[in-house]
Amino acid sequence: MLLCGLAVLGTLVLIVYELVLRSGPSWHAFGFKFFAARDWDPVNEKFGALPFVYGTLVSSLLALIIAVPLSIGVAVFTTEMCPPALRGPLSFFVELLAAIPSVVYGLWAIFVLVPILSNYVQPFLSRTLGWTGFFTGAPYGISMLAAGIILAIMIVPIISSITREVLMVVPQHQREAALALGATRWEMIRMGVLRNARAGIMGGVILGLGRALGETMAVTMVIGNRPEIAKSLFAPGYTMASVLANEFSEATGDLNLAALIEIGLALFLVTIVVNALARLLVWTVTRGQPSRANA
Amino acid sequence: MPETKKSAPNEIVPPISLRRRCTDHFMTGVAVLTVVLVLVPLFAIFAYLVYRGVGSINWAFLTQTPKPVGEAGGGMANAIVGSAFILALASILGVPLGVGAGIYLAEYGRNRLGDVIRFTADVLNGVPSIVIGIVAYSIVVLYQKHFSALAGGVALAIMMIPTITRTTEEMLLLVPQALREAAYGLGIPRWRTTLSITLRTATSGVLTGIMLAFARVAGETAPLLFTAFGNQFWNLRVNQPTAALPLQIFNYAISPYDEWHRQAWAGALVLIVLIVTAVAAVRLAVRRGTFGAA
Repeated sequence: MLLCGLAVLGTLVLIVYELVLRSGPSWHAFGFKFFAARDWDPVNEKFGALPFVYGTLVSSLLALIIAVPLSIGVAVFTTEMCPPALRGPLSFFVELLAAIPSVVYGLWAIFVLVPILSNYVQPFLSRTLGWTGFFTGAPYGISMLAAGIILAIMIVPIISSITREVLMVVPQHQREAALALGATRWEMIRMGVLRNARAGIMGGVILGLGRALGETMAVTMVIGNRPEIAKSLFAPGYTMASVLANEFSEATGDLNLAALIEIGLALFLVTIVVNALARLLVWTVTRGQPSRANA
Repeated sequence: MPETKKSAPNEIVPPISLRRRCTDHFMTGVAVLTVVLVLVPLFAIFAYLVYRGVGSINWAFLTQTPKPVGEAGGGMANAIVGSAFILALASILGVPLGVGAGIYLAEYGRNRLGDVIRFTADVLNGVPSIVIGIVAYSIVVLYQKHFSALAGGVALAIMMIPTITRTTEEMLLLVPQALREAAYGLGIPRWRTTLSITLRTATSGVLTGIMLAFARVAGETAPLLFTAFGNQFWNLRVNQPTAALPLQIFNYAISPYDEWHRQAWAGALVLIVLIVTAVAAVRLAVRRGTFGAA
């Protein structure tokens, strides 16, 4: 049994070892400049990961901007407002959203979401918000925006289920006290519940971010896969995970492979930090000291 | 009558202002709206799957291998079987390790090392699946010199282990301490107690964890891209490239052919039906089982 436990530990060590070992050539060739250079040119063996880092960050942040208010709304509704009979089915449906494989999300996004975006949403956005510079360019549908939206749909179940858990450990007397002081239901939720659960909700959000950063298939299918940095969200982009998905099995040389693995290593390290942070936050809340969140 | 009821407390507490009441109603509306916004894509996805998928599923789809581009017909039978094959390999590798690690954590893991392993499992759970694909590539494919079902199985096994470990641990901890003490009291050695008393009692819970991990990796595509790689033909050899349902869906979805798009929808429907059945079965089993509270 100890052996099995150690095997879990060993797996993680193995992952780190393999990634570090195999990305060595790229590390020696480019050093830290790897993450600041913009060219991705397998023919001339010049590799820079900046467009991918940018694409990963922008698509994930976009997803958070869309998903966080939605998930908190759903969590608040299921814990504080909805009739008890609806609670079970509602959380079941949201959980179901988490059970859909990402390739199916991608399939749906290509054939349903992208046409809707290019026919209705993008023309509308460029008419009304085009002046900001974020919504300009040809409305192809395949874009950073599409990636952000599909990611948002995928991370809502994670954020909302953790938020729900955290809201449920807020002591009942906090709610009763707020109501007794004459608060309306919303004021009670805002002051008595959400404020106490801040740290835990933050943990859920970061956990969702971790998922969004590493998500591969659905994003690869709709983001357009072009290593460019564009201000407009209508432009195609590329993420760290999707460049791995597209180019890994077709890498042309050792250096190309090493560069791809270095991207994988970076992705791995970032998600580990993000996840550890999230676990820590959720843990401080659910292990019974919600009052600390007030400090 | 309601008038007098309302006015009585008003003498002590001032009435809630219109602004506050409006905010209250407004925020309730916002919350309902978010629920609707979240459920719309869910229903849209299922509606489309059924709408596009049902028309494309036929006997040929379930029994034939893919036809060359341009020829109508053909199916994904090899991918369905290939998926099952890779998942079986993953389970053979992952389930014993995961359960073993869970037993260690629950029965012997109340110490520093246990905490480290627990944290490691949580970290592993968050590693992007594509990165696990890279690792399986470099430890299996690079040595074998070609893509294989085994590499796919290893990748999926690595993904299954943390989920199984943590649920096994939780389920074993629910077994009452008195049961263990009773076994010790009868002179049964510790390892025997763990295997035939504790694990036996928690069987349904442990199985639930295994099924959840199984359902989670069944739809994984990213770690299979450069491990199992895909195959247009039948393959049941461990060291050869093998087709998998999610891979086939991905390849068909990004192809330019209508016929393949149709088959991608059908494949997605088959996949989702399998996964949802598994998840629903687990929920049912949990509700019926001894450990319903968990």
